[in-house]
Amino acid sequence: MRLINDNGPEAKSLMKARSWRYNPSTHFADKIFSNSTLIFAMIIVGILLSLVIVLAINAMPAINKFGFSFIGNSSWDAVRSVFGALPAIFGTLLSSAIGLLIAVPLSLGAAIFLVELAPLWLRGPASFVIEMLAAIPSVIIGLWGLFVLVPFVRKPIESWFGSKLGFLPLFQGPPFGVGFLAAGIILAIMVLPIITAMSRDAMRAVPDQQREAMLALGSTRWEMIRQSVLPNCRSGLVGAVILGLGRALGETMAVTMVIGNSYTISSSLFSPGSTIASKIANEFSEASSGVFVGSLMELALILFGITLVVNVIARVLLWRMTAVKGTME
Amino acid sequence: MMTINNLVNENILPKLETTHNQHKDQKGILEVQDLSAWYGNALAIKHVSLTIKSRAITSIIGPSGCGKSTFIRCLNRMHEVSHGGHVEGCVLLDDKDIYARDVDPVVLRRRIGMVFQKPAPFPTMSIFDNVGAGLKLTRFFSKRWEIEEIVEKSLRRAALWDEVKDKLNQSGASLSGGQQQRLCIARAIAVEPEIILLDEPCSALDPASTLKIEDLMRNLAEQYTIVIVTHNMQQAARVSDMAVFFMMAPDKAGELVEYGSTSQIFTNPREKRTEDYITGRFG
Repeated sequence: MRLINDNGPEAKSLMKARSWRYNPSTHFADKIFSNSTLIFAMIIVGILLSLVIVLAINAMPAINKFGFSFIGNSSWDAVRSVFGALPAIFGTLLSSAIGLLIAVPLSLGAAIFLVELAPLWLRGPASFVIEMLAAIPSVIIGLWGLFVLVPFVRKPIESWFGSKLGFLPLFQGPPFGVGFLAAGIILAIMVLPIITAMSRDAMRAVPDQQREAMLALGSTRWEMIRQSVLPNCRSGLVGAVILGLGRALGETMAVTMVIGNSYTISSSLFSPGSTIASKIANEFSEASSGVFVGSLMELALILFGITLVVNVIARVLLWRMTAVKGTME
Repeated sequence: MMTINNLVNENILPKLETTHNQHKDQKGILEVQDLSAWYGNALAIKHVSLTIKSRAITSIIGPSGCGKSTFIRCLNRMHEVSHGGHVEGCVLLDDKDIYARDVDPVVLRRRIGMVFQKPAPFPTMSIFDNVGAGLKLTRFFSKRWEIEEIVEKSLRRAALWDEVKDKLNQSGASLSGGQQQRLCIARAIAVEPEIILLDEPCSALDPASTLKIEDLMRNLAEQYTIVIVTHNMQQAARVSDMAVFFMMAPDKAGELVEYGSTSQIFTNPREKRTEDYITGRFG
């Protein structure tokens, strides 16, 4: 786009000449090839669209029966056929928030270390190990969470917070181990690699001249990072965090294994709960009536909507980051 | 204007005030002794010794890859910021080696400022904040009016004030290339350095902007010591008092070939290699 605008009619005529010369319709094989790739591309778009449409159609019984009260209702009663999404939405947002709260400082610290401070020989291997963390299947992380993390959360963490800070609503209730806190920690572990990798790339995109200019003014290394590197890539950093949030919101297997799966809203981090994803994973095999299935579908639709919005925001911010980088070069 | 100078000299940066006055005569301010610099295992410059005169413009010329930029980066310890960059030898500022163990490069770089080849204003900061960036680092300046005065003074000295006084809150990236480079010079002089190093400051600029920067350098030389790397020999001849000629030795390391007054280097070079380069026989 930009190229054409900058160079005016000259560039346009070049483009025309090119498309005339390689015009696919002049060759039968080219035509088949271009059409088949077009079909492949359309299939992907079609899958996405049909997914949304099927979800919506199947959710209709619940949408018709409950309307907007589905979102505000806290009950999940298969016998009376009354369903609501509120505890699942609450659990999804709370566990993701805990996850980000833990993961963001860790990831940013790790990324700063990898880009600015680590000796050269360490950067490659350290990045590799962090990215390997993203390659672990989530059921394995869930298994580890259930047998290692949950007991650890129960005994030292929850009992300590309960005895020292038990007057706060956040830390009240019996220490089960499973619950929002365990789910949040698991999510933190799972989004760490993606936030670290994305923010590392964002910091790397800051030109070295910016660093040297700040150092030459007599800044310490930390002042250089804070005043030159971080402001230069802030939209990339926000994009990285939001991309991590997108992953945390939809994470299913590991969360289902450690969150406790009780359909409750509680102010306590120790309380067991549910997320949208874990609710669907737990209930789909028991769904019998049309309204029950419809309610699960509507849950899915809500989750899809939330993650879609979050991912679009992240992509826009990351795209802006690369655009800024382009103008600075 | 007097009040600002008093502020800077007496309250804010007392250390600089004494050193400024010491060098009112044309004696040396920086003494480089047997300096060699490496990138990892690759020797970039070897055994350079020279004395840089105070309140004068010293230009460093030579063909590409002869270590001009490496040399100038050694003078305020920016060389060690590059990966694998290290040096041997010493550089004396006020008879004290800047590579001594107890010298903090952060403090040193406030006394020896630097402007780079590509104009690099901080794109997320306003024009005002760009000039004030170094002042905030020193933490001596807390009051807004102090910073305002010094920003204005620096922009005036950099001959940029009239062009930007009405848009100080706009991004530094909104300026033209030549204005950006003068902004970078204003930013460097705002912290009141004694020496300003310019690393090919005009190579990315058009001829009109180049002339403006050259005028500016002549004015600044009344107060500061300036060392400029340039690949443009006319520029070196136009602006500098002293000239240093670097060349790559057969082992690919840069070495100092000749150092003298600009007129002597350009009209009556002692070395054959200098003459060949200046008359355009190579490089």
